[in-house]
Amino acid sequence: MRRLLVESPGLLTTVQDLGREGYGPIGLSPSGAADPVALRLGNLLVGNGPGAAGLEMTLLGGSFAFPEGAIIAIVGADFGATVNGRLVEMWTPHTLPPGAKLNLGHTKNFARCYLAVAGGIQVEPFLGSASTHLLSGLGGHEGRAMRKGDVLNLGVAEIQPRARTISQAVLLSLKPRRILRVTEGPQSDQFSEEAKHSFYRSTFRVSEESDRMGLRLAGPAVMADTTGQMITEGVPLGAIQITPSGQAIILLVDQQTAGGYPKIANVIGVDLHRIGQLRPHVEIRFEQTSLGVARSLWVEQEGLLSKPESLFA
Amino acid sequence: MRFCAASDQAVLVYLGEEIGLPAHERVLKLLEALQEKPPVWLRNVQPCYSSLMVTFDLALVDDAEVKATLRELEQRAQTIRLPKPRTVEIPVCYGEEFGPDLDDVAKMHGLKPSQVIQIHSSQTYHAYFLGFAPGFAYLGDLPEEIATPRLESPRKVVPARSVAIAGRQTAVYPFSTPGGWRLIGRTPLVLFRTNQKPMELISIRDQVRFRPITREQFVKLEPT
Repeated sequence: MRRLLVESPGLLTTVQDLGREGYGPIGLSPSGAADPVALRLGNLLVGNGPGAAGLEMTLLGGSFAFPEGAIIAIVGADFGATVNGRLVEMWTPHTLPPGAKLNLGHTKNFARCYLAVAGGIQVEPFLGSASTHLLSGLGGHEGRAMRKGDVLNLGVAEIQPRARTISQAVLLSLKPRRILRVTEGPQSDQFSEEAKHSFYRSTFRVSEESDRMGLRLAGPAVMADTTGQMITEGVPLGAIQITPSGQAIILLVDQQTAGGYPKIANVIGVDLHRIGQLRPHVEIRFEQTSLGVARSLWVEQEGLLSKPESLFA
Repeated sequence: MRFCAASDQAVLVYLGEEIGLPAHERVLKLLEALQEKPPVWLRNVQPCYSSLMVTFDLALVDDAEVKATLRELEQRAQTIRLPKPRTVEIPVCYGEEFGPDLDDVAKMHGLKPSQVIQIHSSQTYHAYFLGFAPGFAYLGDLPEEIATPRLESPRKVVPARSVAIAGRQTAVYPFSTPGGWRLIGRTPLVLFRTNQKPMELISIRDQVRFRPITREQFVKLEPT
């Protein structure tokens, strides 16, 4: 069996696929790649189904050895990947000879870089998914981030991938954004017109205290009217909740499933993979849109992703 | 029944505007109806005190169709008869290092720690829903005499199996996670077991009782 050896794990590297959805009744959030679009494209490039497991790296990548060789693709943020010391092109498959070493460094642009491998990374599935849920230590490889010395098994590649590259036009249309489009949140009426105005006019900075559960934002305090006490309710991915001190938090893939903070807005579907690419210190803004616009953008994006022929250069 | 868009792919269904059993029974019945015959577009459902959040496949439906289906399901759900709930007993070793907030809670209410233990363990609680972390059951209603607000600043790490209170709620932390509830004891039982069915020790709608145990009993029951 082909293997991947972790020689250095990077800052936070976990096994992720597209997550396990549907476990709200037991309080389990879906997890999965924070930028699922990148992982899907990576899997497509190496000939996997969209839901195969890869490695998600955060801000600083790791070093990995492939004693039996492998077919890989590097997608998502640019971590300056090299194979045996030579820079490798992103968004295209590479065949690595036995003994090859893959090195990744600090990010040059966004938060998360993905390693997709032909055959996928094989771990014991938990509730149908390989994704690591860090909060509970479940799924993935022993429920935790990679450590030096870890050995991961690779699956058998289904088809020999062709040497194709994702087109620049497609990458441009899926590119991370600093202006996130949002729809109104269920408690937006708990915020005065002034507070909402300030929320949509202000720039927020992603704080270092951000993780796969949520992105904490620094910026002007957004105060809810304290009169509206709310009952804890379900919270969706991309919810922008406001703490009693006025801090905004955007919920990410390892999110808590229910919460009692008022939610002023929610990031729309086509921008959810983009919040997974926001790194600390980046400045962002919010732009309100309608449910109708959000839906037509979603249908368009999913349409694009479901037609592989249209994705390649 | 009231709807509100939670996001472009999730709708909140409110079945009451307060915490209590009547609203929660409607939540349970709609959950049952959804699980019995899940619509093709259903991706997830998060039940809570008086609401459900329904996540749908936006490529298959729009929110208007989701709401129409949920309205129909709610009609049908009213005829569902729920089976008798399960009873779950949770042994708890209260106080000392297992319950570092027990003395503060007692002081805040002018009670002795033993009285807080007595009040906490003499009530049957209803498991309203699981949330926050897998297996974390929101149990209510905690008697008013010991209802205590959350800590002002949450702990970075709450030990797994800690028994805690916040407002009119009580819960057991299944995993070692951050948390802002006040810790009054610890159970030797494992709350989330991936090798059992169901995985969660406390499921939605269970009737839960806490039984005080000694440190010796705790050690005996603790998993190795």
